[in-house]
Amino acid sequence: MIEVRNLTKSFDDKTVLHGVDATFYTGKTNLIIGQSGSGKTVLMKSLVGLLRPEEGEILFDGRDLLKMKRDEIADLRKEIGMLFQGSALFDSETVLGNVMFPLTMFSDMNRAQQRERAMFCIERVNLLGAENKYPSEISGGMQKRVAIARAISLNPRYLFCDEPNSGLDPKTSILIDELLSDITHEYDITTVINTHDMNSVLGIGENIIFINKGYREWVGDMSQIYNTSNEALNNFVFATRLFQEVREYVAEHGTIAKRKS
Amino acid sequence: MLLTESLATFGRYCMFMTRAFAIPDRWSVFGRRTIAEVSKLGIGSIPLVLIISVFIGAVCTIQMKLNTSSPLMPAYSVGLATREIILLEFSNSILCLILAGKVGSNIASEIGTMRVTEQIDALEIMGINSVNYLVMPKVLAFVCFMPVLVVFCMFTAILGGYGVAIFTDIISVSKYEYGIQAMFTEWYVWYAIIKSLFFAFIIVTISSFYGYYVKGGALEVGKASTDSVVSSSVFILLFDVILTKLLLQ
Repeated sequence: MIEVRNLTKSFDDKTVLHGVDATFYTGKTNLIIGQSGSGKTVLMKSLVGLLRPEEGEILFDGRDLLKMKRDEIADLRKEIGMLFQGSALFDSETVLGNVMFPLTMFSDMNRAQQRERAMFCIERVNLLGAENKYPSEISGGMQKRVAIARAISLNPRYLFCDEPNSGLDPKTSILIDELLSDITHEYDITTVINTHDMNSVLGIGENIIFINKGYREWVGDMSQIYNTSNEALNNFVFATRLFQEVREYVAEHGTIAKRKS
Repeated sequence: MLLTESLATFGRYCMFMTRAFAIPDRWSVFGRRTIAEVSKLGIGSIPLVLIISVFIGAVCTIQMKLNTSSPLMPAYSVGLATREIILLEFSNSILCLILAGKVGSNIASEIGTMRVTEQIDALEIMGINSVNYLVMPKVLAFVCFMPVLVVFCMFTAILGGYGVAIFTDIISVSKYEYGIQAMFTEWYVWYAIIKSLFFAFIIVTISSFYGYYVKGGALEVGKASTDSVVSSSVFILLFDVILTKLLLQ
């Protein structure tokens, strides 16, 4: 579990996060949602230590990231997997090389064991056959899956995903969402997903944190979001005609069929 | 304003170097990366060094002959002057200015692209010291390989002059041969190698520094690449003066 308390982050005179409180639960897909410029990427980068907030606490199962020494942060990061918006795969490495990279750096496995583990992760994201290709030779959706495979190769306790669906078609987005959700439940990971994809919100949002103008405005899950009275959240989630109709349908019938069924 | 900015940049460079000279996370990975960098930065530069050296050596010989044609000057002085120019300046300072363009821009754009595509963030998230991982193998590889490039440069530049002696009637081969051996000071070879080690360090670290702190996109990567070449060149020239004073006086 990751707990965030009173997190404040500014750039020069502009405060981007105003005392944000949030809890991200283990074994659940935790979503941070909000408009572009609302501060959700700053929140995620603060969570993984790429930005340093001025105030607050970030507790990884009780361990405060902001009070850790550099060595302790390096150790904590070995428990973290991250999926970047642009996948951030190493261009000079093949798919297999990318997935093996964390194992080469941090595991005590020999080369054969590393390869075996990497192939298992590649199979887990349904990419068998692509292991010898370079990132430039595969599609955006496949790159995301390679990045997921790399992120889970060391069995992380925490998985962070920055806009995993950006630039993907709806069908591939659903595949990525389902993969992230399955991995979260299968390995009991604390998964934090930064998104403004409403399909993800309504499909896999088990714990949703809505950030608006740097403030945490709402917390709930995907079933509660249909009945929220928060105006900013309503305007954000149900901005399109399609989602307005979905909400009306839910109001009428009580629920919608689950995506997988 | 300029002074404070310069001091701030120097401070950042020092902190950058502190991170670069940390103990590698995995020695085996560090070793593999260093060998790869020797191949890319060092061996990859040999063709350019050879081509430039042979032509500059030839041009030096022709220029020496044309500009020192006096009955008071012995004919072998063309070979001697060509050798001294090659050993004292061309094989180290001028060569490194050329390599600042090739190797420096390559490093700055490579690391800059890794920055804007979040590959460096990915390394940091994994708990890897990204500066050490990316920069140290390049520094070690290029600094270690630079003497090889310098010696190649000296050899091929003198061969270029030799070619002029063989294929033209500007100077006789025997006079050229005598000239390149006359009054030879071995220290000049060491002097060239010592200077080139400093210049190699300057090229790699400054280019890496500019690439590492790129912010933005492709446009900024290009700008960082240009800035790295300009800064490296200026520092090479500055250290050329300092090292010449220290090593030859």
